[in-house]
Amino acid sequence: MAEIKETILEYVKDEYLDEDDDKEIKFDTPLISSGIVDSFSMISLKRFLETKYNIQIPDSKATAEAFDTVNNIVKTVEEIKSE
Amino acid sequence: MTYNKKERDIFKDELNNIRNAGIFKDERIICAPQDSEIEVEFPAGAEKKSLINMCSNNYLGLSSHPEVVKAAIKGLENRGYGMSSVRFICGTQDIHKKLENMLTEFLGTEDTILFPSCMDANAGVFEAILNEQDVMISDRLVHASIVDGIRLCKAQTDTYKHSNMNHLEKKLQFHSDKRLKVIITDGIFSMDGDMAKLDEIVKLAEKYDALVFVDDSHASGFIGKTGKGTHEFCNVLGKIDIITTTLGKALGGASGGCVSGRAEIVEMCRQKARPYLFSNTIPPVVVSAAIKVLEIISKNTERKDKLEKNTEFWRNGLNEAGFIVKDGESPIVPIMLFNAKLSQDFAQDLYSEGIYAIGFFYPVVPKGQARIRTQLSASHEKPQLEIALDAFIKIGKKYDILNKTKEEIIEIYGL
Repeated sequence: MAEIKETILEYVKDEYLDEDDDKEIKFDTPLISSGIVDSFSMISLKRFLETKYNIQIPDSKATAEAFDTVNNIVKTVEEIKSE
Repeated sequence: MTYNKKERDIFKDELNNIRNAGIFKDERIICAPQDSEIEVEFPAGAEKKSLINMCSNNYLGLSSHPEVVKAAIKGLENRGYGMSSVRFICGTQDIHKKLENMLTEFLGTEDTILFPSCMDANAGVFEAILNEQDVMISDRLVHASIVDGIRLCKAQTDTYKHSNMNHLEKKLQFHSDKRLKVIITDGIFSMDGDMAKLDEIVKLAEKYDALVFVDDSHASGFIGKTGKGTHEFCNVLGKIDIITTTLGKALGGASGGCVSGRAEIVEMCRQKARPYLFSNTIPPVVVSAAIKVLEIISKNTERKDKLEKNTEFWRNGLNEAGFIVKDGESPIVPIMLFNAKLSQDFAQDLYSEGIYAIGFFYPVVPKGQARIRTQLSASHEKPQLEIALDAFIKIGKKYDILNKTKEEIIEIYGL
């Protein structure tokens, strides 16, 4: 669990922060509602999770809410893995 | 009709929220033609004030040029006021085709289609040419009209960090399985005034078999050796597949826009782009004036050269005075203040000093990136810029932000 959290946090930071960025991303930082993650690039995030964890995330579960924090993303991944 | 207290209150509440968030937009009433010096009434009913205009898109100073006005009148007399039709029914005149051909030649492309605005061109082009098998990969700072166009299209979406070519390359690799890949960028980014790295973008497009889309609204007419735009500046003439641009800024400043580029893509827009199919043709008066604008700027680069000199004077003056100015090659010169309230107070003080410039803050720019955006024009004369510079320095001293670092300004005013 902790490893998944760190991996996803690292991906999100790498994908969405610039080198000189003032913003800080933590496990509970709102990503979509705060504008850090733009909805246009959610496809990249979804595909990263699917490839990394060998899962299929149905569109019904790839919601803005499910992807809004690293904690939420981890929860979504864990749920799908356990199905 | 059901518009009772309940309905009225819903909208009133929403408007109050906008006011409370400090992002309510008031219109300044200009009581003169567009120019480097204008008469402004603000707030409504207040005494008119003469101001040096540092915030228009009138880059080449052609918006009220006598020859352009004369051409507009001639167009009105010879081709009438309106066409009462969309283009493909009975709204295409000889002058519409002439303007499209002139734009094609000026931009160095294969064909051009006019739209009522560049907003419409951007809203219509992606949906007209792409489908679910394709992907649009856009710079994260593209203009809002492109964002809307992307939303209207069924193709997949992705983004890359602003002007970050390594990130763009990763995205191109990531989407290698798509039928069409389109890299989407502004030529000059409107809030920062910086230029897309079109030479590098074209190289990546060639390597990964992608199309390139550029919105050159803040460049057409004055960027590059002969003013063709960012593709000329970056030495990639003929290599940009889709250029959208506006007639509403340097090219006369009235209205209208276009998609210019590969012949088949332009033809697809003629067949399928909804803003082209379902809105009126550009009025003859605007078309006639735009033709004159292209004739003027094709004759020589006098106006573009003056704009460059004005920009150089302005950038140097601000830098020497100790402001934090965003680097760039364009006549968009943002002065960074970081704090939203400071940007509003600064703009208000400028107004009192007879200078018209606007403070921009979140959500127009990212949080903590508030600024005054200034824009130069070929119609500015040096004495006007000297007066404006003195006013900026006076107010900069008042707020104690000259020769300060970003961190020092944030320490005083917060983010």
